[in-house]
Amino acid sequence: MADRTMTALDAVKGGLWTELPVLRLLLGMCPTLAVTTAVKPALTMGLSVLFVLFCSNIVVSFMRKLLKPHLRILMFTLTIATFVTIADLFLRAFVPRMSEMLGPYVPLIIVNCIIIARAEACASKNGIFVSAVDAISMGIGFTVVLCILAAVREMLAVGTVWDIPVLWKGFVPWAAMRMPVGAFITLGLMIGLVNFMTKTKAN
Amino acid sequence: MDTFYVLLMAFVSIVVVNNLVFSKFLGICPYLGVSGRIDMAFGMGMAVTFVITLAGIMTWLIDHMILMPYGLEITRYVCFILVIAGAVQLVEMYLRKFFPPLYESFGIFLPLITTNCAILGLCLFLYVWGIDNFVQAAVLSFGAGIGFTLAICIMAGIREQLRFADVPKCLDGPPITLITAGLLALAFMGFAGMIK
Repeated sequence: MADRTMTALDAVKGGLWTELPVLRLLLGMCPTLAVTTAVKPALTMGLSVLFVLFCSNIVVSFMRKLLKPHLRILMFTLTIATFVTIADLFLRAFVPRMSEMLGPYVPLIIVNCIIIARAEACASKNGIFVSAVDAISMGIGFTVVLCILAAVREMLAVGTVWDIPVLWKGFVPWAAMRMPVGAFITLGLMIGLVNFMTKTKAN
Repeated sequence: MDTFYVLLMAFVSIVVVNNLVFSKFLGICPYLGVSGRIDMAFGMGMAVTFVITLAGIMTWLIDHMILMPYGLEITRYVCFILVIAGAVQLVEMYLRKFFPPLYESFGIFLPLITTNCAILGLCLFLYVWGIDNFVQAAVLSFGAGIGFTLAICIMAGIREQLRFADVPKCLDGPPITLITAGLLALAFMGFAGMIK
């Protein structure tokens, strides 16, 4: 996958399609499932992850020559925890309602596997520019998937997207979509769909 | 007797009603990754139970003894993750030295636990729920581990059977596991009314 010859173009393609974090690599599932009851929290979460990923990738890329193998993961998590604290305080100050809604899932970005995986696979081996591009494309890929999943769930659960009604009047909401059941099954079907699309393309 | 009742309720609630996997979506990555075989699932569950109990108790103590009295809440996340990483490292070294067979059976799971969101998640939830009783925090931590073990073992049992099922090609692997998890979550919702 990511070795020294990785270019910025590879990073863009990887993040947006071939290594789409949630659907292809199955990384970062916890926030994906937990915050996608509606589009707004999903977008907030996606952007927070994008911010943390971008900052931590740059910092890790800066210190990649100093890292000792056995302390590597610890350094990664500490870097990430610092930026997550910043993101959390920011959300609490400027969008308190969202912060309350996301609750402990914002600090849980620390253990979001995507960020550690990118620090390990990309930022600790590549220069700053490539790492930054990689972080942005991975973050955007993550945010888009989150928003799609959230849109499907919000639409079926309450008949709205971004709090705007989109379905016809007599629509009976599927309460189950708001609950954990809806999250698991929708994500399962989405991954199935992506697998299906990849397969038909290959044939 | 009253305290005992409260503790028992707390334990049951974290194991089945507020099961970390099915109601809080914590620990999904190992849940999908290691639930292929029942013995491995059980090993993972035990390792998580062990670390989560330790981490839950330690972070609760640090939070209440150091961070809150001195107003250092801002460093909570950094402290928690450090404690967890340190606890995992300690447990690993201790087991390797004194219980080699146990260490062998936990194998690669131990280092993976550092990034298991169930652990950090539980420590954060202890704070969010405002648990200010030490014994209750310990019981909740232990119960969370048991709940995770229960969930991952049920899933491993189902997946061993699923191998003989005729699943559509594109749903094979993780997608069908997620859908199964959804149905399990639905079943676990049946416990919801049990405890107020």
